[in-house]
Amino acid sequence: NSMKNKDNQSAQESNPRCPDSSAFKQQKLPAWKPKLTASTVLSSFFVIGLFCLLVGICLILSARSVNEIQIDYSDVCLNCSKLRESSSNWDKECNCFAHFTLQENMPGDIFMYYRLQNFYQNHRRYVLSRSDAQLLGQDVNIQNSYCAPFATYPNGTPMAPCGAIANSMFNDTVQLFYYVNSSTAIQVPLLKNGNSWWSDKNVKFRNPTSYNLSSAFAGTARPPYWQKPAYLLDEKDERNNGYINDDLIVWMRVSAFATFRNLYRRLSRTNQFADGLPAGNYTFHITYNFPVTKFQGKKQLVLSTITWSGGSNLFLGIAYTVSGAVIVLAGFVIAAIHLKRRKKKTYFQRHPK
Amino acid sequence: MEGEAPPLPTTKMATTSPPEDGCICLLCEARLPSTKMAAPPSPYPGSASSMSSQASLASYLNGNKKPLDFTWEVKANDRAYHKQFKKKAAFCLTREKYADNAIRTAKYNVLTFLPLNLYEQFHRLANLYFLFVILLQTIPEISTLPWFTLLLPLSCLLLIRGLRDLIDDIARHRSDWVINSTPCEILVGKSFRWQKWRDICVGDIVCLRKDSVVPADLLLLSSSEPSSLCYVETADIDGETNLKFRQALLATHQELVNEASMAAFDGKVTCEEPNSRMHSFIGTLEWRGQKYSLDSEKILLRGCRIRNTEVCYGLVIYAGFDSKIMKNCGKIKMKKTKLDRLMDRLVIIIFVMLAITSFCLAVGAGFWAVKFHKEHSYLSALYETTSPAEQAFFAFWGFMILLSIIIPMAMYITLEFIYMVNSCFIDWDVEMYYPANDTPAKARSTSLNDQLGQIEYVFSDKTGTLTQNIMTFKKCCINGIIYAGSADSEHKPSAAGLSWNPYADSKAEFHDPSLLEAVLRNDDPVTREFLRLLALCHTVMVEEKESQLVYQAASPDEEALVTAARNLGYVFLSRTQDTITLSELGTERTYGMLAMLDFNSVRKRMSVLVRDPEGKIRLYTKGADVVILERLCEDEPARAFTQLALDSFAEETLRTLCLACKEVAEEDYAEWCKKHHEASVLLENRAQELDKVYEEIEQDLQLLGATAIEDKLQDGVPETIQLLKQGNIKVWVLTGDKQETAVNIGFACHLLTDDMQILEEREICEMLEAYWVSNNNLGSSGEPLCPVQQQPSGLRQGKMALVVTGDFLERVLGTGEKVKTEEGFWARRACCKARMQPAAESLVEKAFVDLATSCQAVICCRVTPKQKALIVQLVKRHRKAITLAIGDGANDVNMIKTADIGVGISGQEGRQAVQCSNYALAQFCYLQRLLFVHGRWSYLRICKFLRYFFYKTFAGMMVQIWFAFYSGFTAQPLYEPWFLALYNVFYTAYPVLSMGLTEQDVSAKRSLQVPELYKVGQRNELFNYRVFCLTFLHGTATSLGSFFIALLAFRDEVSSKATNDYQAFAVTVATSAFLSVIVEIVMDIKFWTVLTFLTITGSFLFFCFFSFFTQNFLVFRAAPSYFRFPDASRVALTDPYILCIVLLSVVVNTLPALTVRLLRAITSAGAAREKVRARDTRVAEKTVELQTHFRRGSLLRRSSYAFSHKEGYADLITKGASLRIKGSRNRPSLGAISSQSLQLTTREDVITTIPSSPRIFLKEDN
Repeated sequence: NSMKNKDNQSAQESNPRCPDSSAFKQQKLPAWKPKLTASTVLSSFFVIGLFCLLVGICLILSARSVNEIQIDYSDVCLNCSKLRESSSNWDKECNCFAHFTLQENMPGDIFMYYRLQNFYQNHRRYVLSRSDAQLLGQDVNIQNSYCAPFATYPNGTPMAPCGAIANSMFNDTVQLFYYVNSSTAIQVPLLKNGNSWWSDKNVKFRNPTSYNLSSAFAGTARPPYWQKPAYLLDEKDERNNGYINDDLIVWMRVSAFATFRNLYRRLSRTNQFADGLPAGNYTFHITYNFPVTKFQGKKQLVLSTITWSGGSNLFLGIAYTVSGAVIVLAGFVIAAIHLKRRKKKTYFQRHPK
Repeated sequence: MEGEAPPLPTTKMATTSPPEDGCICLLCEARLPSTKMAAPPSPYPGSASSMSSQASLASYLNGNKKPLDFTWEVKANDRAYHKQFKKKAAFCLTREKYADNAIRTAKYNVLTFLPLNLYEQFHRLANLYFLFVILLQTIPEISTLPWFTLLLPLSCLLLIRGLRDLIDDIARHRSDWVINSTPCEILVGKSFRWQKWRDICVGDIVCLRKDSVVPADLLLLSSSEPSSLCYVETADIDGETNLKFRQALLATHQELVNEASMAAFDGKVTCEEPNSRMHSFIGTLEWRGQKYSLDSEKILLRGCRIRNTEVCYGLVIYAGFDSKIMKNCGKIKMKKTKLDRLMDRLVIIIFVMLAITSFCLAVGAGFWAVKFHKEHSYLSALYETTSPAEQAFFAFWGFMILLSIIIPMAMYITLEFIYMVNSCFIDWDVEMYYPANDTPAKARSTSLNDQLGQIEYVFSDKTGTLTQNIMTFKKCCINGIIYAGSADSEHKPSAAGLSWNPYADSKAEFHDPSLLEAVLRNDDPVTREFLRLLALCHTVMVEEKESQLVYQAASPDEEALVTAARNLGYVFLSRTQDTITLSELGTERTYGMLAMLDFNSVRKRMSVLVRDPEGKIRLYTKGADVVILERLCEDEPARAFTQLALDSFAEETLRTLCLACKEVAEEDYAEWCKKHHEASVLLENRAQELDKVYEEIEQDLQLLGATAIEDKLQDGVPETIQLLKQGNIKVWVLTGDKQETAVNIGFACHLLTDDMQILEEREICEMLEAYWVSNNNLGSSGEPLCPVQQQPSGLRQGKMALVVTGDFLERVLGTGEKVKTEEGFWARRACCKARMQPAAESLVEKAFVDLATSCQAVICCRVTPKQKALIVQLVKRHRKAITLAIGDGANDVNMIKTADIGVGISGQEGRQAVQCSNYALAQFCYLQRLLFVHGRWSYLRICKFLRYFFYKTFAGMMVQIWFAFYSGFTAQPLYEPWFLALYNVFYTAYPVLSMGLTEQDVSAKRSLQVPELYKVGQRNELFNYRVFCLTFLHGTATSLGSFFIALLAFRDEVSSKATNDYQAFAVTVATSAFLSVIVEIVMDIKFWTVLTFLTITGSFLFFCFFSFFTQNFLVFRAAPSYFRFPDASRVALTDPYILCIVLLSVVVNTLPALTVRLLRAITSAGAAREKVRARDTRVAEKTVELQTHFRRGSLLRRSSYAFSHKEGYADLITKGASLRIKGSRNRPSLGAISSQSLQLTTREDVITTIPSSPRIFLKEDN
């Protein structure tokens, strides 16, 4: 081979147009030529299959360890819903109650979600209908954004925050009461903070800067569906008010599908709730603001614990298990075919490759 | 002649010439495209028919008396005169009528580059479509994707292509500059000055010296040679390497002798407007009150090279772009490959599918719009201003924009790059580099590589393609003794051996010590005469260059013979019009040449009648054995031996020639001379009469011996043909040569073998007739006969080869326009043709093609360039096969242009075939590497590339459609816009690119060992509609997998962070789709080079980097509306649950594909191995067979004789300078060249008004 190279070199000197004999140009780059052999593929089949089975079982186990309770209050609060349907009653307060009983203790971190059905947060124009610049606290002309028709009022006052997403924010207020005994109920302490992505809370949403929040929002108006302006979303906590209100942030992160659940509150593990929710009777006290009956929507409240693998959805675990089983099975079938063929081959010709 | 003839009175010229000119010009125009003009002389003495057809053609043309306008006026030495003429260009702009000599082939300049290049790029439908979509995106109602998602890839594509065009154009600018600054001597004022080509103007007088290139189309005014001759080589124009001569007008030649007279020259040339007819020129020169007619024999075309002429002067007639060669530089027709067309169709299918899908989704959107408006209060405000129908309309366009990413836009540009690099691999291949003349292979077009892997038919020229066009004197038989020469070069005579002969040409290969000894002994009169004959009887011209004799021969055969004699001491030194001087073993002898009885294809011999220094008259004849042997004296002792020798020569596929001589008595000669003179002044039937006279004297010859010349095959031709046959490629040899020679070469290169049944005209006629009759019956009685294909099946058993001639083809396929009057089948066919309309025609055609394609080998001899193209066309049309034509000469240009792939044999300078070819190879044998290695790999790569590219597009992008069902048909894009924008350009492009560049299924060596692998391409197996459908289904399945696994897993999922979130979902699906697609290519690639690893790693890195970059807080803060996914990937992909989803998607998406691959490997591996092993053993057998059959015992295939079919310089020699009617005895040989001389003859004769009609000359020539 080296002789050949030498030849080529000398040839190159005498012949200026002689092509370069580099490995790339001669398409002789050293290469790994993987061959699909039955043994390697089959072994990888079994490995992958068993792995999938294992993961599937783990997922199922962990999903089953999740405690979850789901309370539908769309029927319970039908009256309120009716009331809200007509826009003339927008300022009338309507409360309703949903009772439930925990049979067992619910230990650990408890998360409270609201779940909406048939609510199209992934509608294209709905998704677009926001101004990230405005939510960043920047002074922008929202007229140019996609917020329309929820950008300004006819008199020119801009909405803060603008857009259809913000306008349709879930604004039911839910409080949870625990019946220590049949007559006395105490409010379960729930955390409003820390429910959103860290990056959303700290980067994506910023209040406009001013000496105080209400002046920052001066010259703007609340969205038409809101009862109160943005700077009053949480009057008690400065760090949870205005655009950086967790409820707003969570809502603004639109869902992928028409059925979704958003994190609403977390259990503050203090006093008797230090280990989670004890068994007993509970009541959700709901201030109803968010009508869903018109589009056959459903509203639920969910209390759930979580594990490393998330919540109670069994799908992934089952899917893994089934795939693993199928893969292992397929491995066996292929192995059978392969063995059968090889027997035939060796029978006909004993011949080294 | 023109000089001697009295110039025509101007009045006569004015009255008679326009119609005649018109007629002639039309004649040549009308005949240009016809085959008749280029057809070889019919071996059938049925010239009556051709005569009548000519007559009718002429009368037809006479009836059509449209005068041609001669509006091109050139005044010598008068630049101002030409400046005043303007001609209309576009709109109301005018430009100068007479172009200057600068050529500008570059397309753009600094200012026009951008607009013109963009304009050109948007000529592509796909680009235009995307531009349209991008414009649509500016409408907010339907703008479903941000502007950059499509603009970014599109601008990348435009930029890359624009850069490429720019580089190309800079190269063109540079080459233009080099050409335009070539120095030349122009007459300025009173003297010649060195200037540049671009300074030449029409009307200038240019001085050209030996070996310089003609800068523009010139009228030859005078030359330094006697008789105002000027020799030119037209290799750059038509690829002919033999010398041609041009002759100036006698008047200008005699008058213009010095610079002063040139400066005073004020002639005015009137001629045709610039045109592309290379070989025609009609005009008049008006000078000193007289008119002289001009024709193309007085024109030096741009691009010719002056040879053997010290100095010549010319008047510029057409300059720059007006010159004939530039007018001929048409664009090479773009060839499209099968895959290209398929791809275009697929893209259209995809587009239609998308339109339909969009429409359906839009209907859904309409219904949902009603629902949203009525029920969903939070959305109803968005619907207030539009009706559902409008909403549906918007949704339609929204979906069109959204789904336009499924149209693989980046595919074209990536593909172009792959094609380009694959072409470079061809250029770079050391094993296709021919060191002998320093020529690498060259892929001249870069878009046909894949088609190289699908060739079914190879059409090859013979001379210069299969053979080297080098004739070597191999053997001879003198007086019954065979001198074979020593084959080994070691035995070459040393300097001592050659020292006795100072003239010896050391390059000649023939050395035979015993012959040399016999010659030097100088005691055998036969040997002496034998060598004398070789030195005397030829038309070679001699020239002395650096004290070396250089022979210029019209055919290489003659040169070989004369050189052989030279090396044996009988050196042809010089010739004048009527003498030939030889050096015979050192003594110089001058022979008087009394007559030269030239060669033609009917006579198949050539003789000279010479008077030797002793005063004896001798006739020397050489010719084909059949004609010589029948003209010998009765009792010829050496005859039997010579015949045996001829047989043995023929067995070795050598071209043989018999030599004979006789002494002619003085009185016989005197008598014959008279007859000869009478015949030569005849105006009618001169050629026939001359032949008769020649015949008279060529009798009672004494046989001297025979020569054997090897038409050397190029290296590796038999092996290559063998390999092509094994690869199921049919090789057809299309040659202008004679049948004997062609068959001979067929055997030599193993195209024909002894176990083949060779079908010649008679058998083919019978078969076709049987076929036709049965079909005719079918037509009339409606009786079902045997199926068409099986008709000529009587002889179909075993191997067959077909040998046909051009005339036969013309009759079968009706390529000529004349009505046939031959008897037998053809007559019947002709009359039936009238009844049966064209259907019969095409039936016969089809039958012929069926027959020919069922043969193992086909040889077509004596075919014209046009017929070559026609045959290719025929196969293309009837077989729908991919064809490749390979050739080296101008006569192959047609064929090369017609075939799907044209290959030119390069090496010698300025070959026109190479100019028109798609690939240029130095040797025929490189074809095997070109097809079996590069072609096969290219096909494999392109197919794999296409399959994967479509797959990845579908797999990645179909998700959008599924998501539409969950987002209320609102055309909400699922992916992050940046993912869409970068998916095709950065994330998935490089692995597939590297696959397209480096993929190999088996090594080059193996490809050549197992030519059967090539069949895959012929059967279109790797990419076709079926594969596309499977790919579509596969891609759909992958997209479904990625989407629905994520969907189901996300349903009601509560994890602490990424809950039901649209962005998290988008990132999840995107990641699983991306990974599935990457894993798919990991499984697809069978050849992992460094590049592969790099690109796959690169894809991941790009994915991570761009995800990080576009989801960065900084860019979000800077432009929140463009970077809408801050931190989404980081949050989502750190969640173990989402990682599990991605993993499951990848596993589910890829394992079925892996299973299929494995099953395929298991089931096919055994079978394939079996096949290959069987083949290997077969090959082993075959090589044995090759050797054993090499010396075949067939005695019937002798008689290929060593004349080229071209006429030499006999006329020029015998007539000396007084070339009366040039070329009137030209045997019309093949190719346009001879036909052109035919036209010229006629035209010249008419213009000089020789009192005879042009028809006579036409007749004569046929």
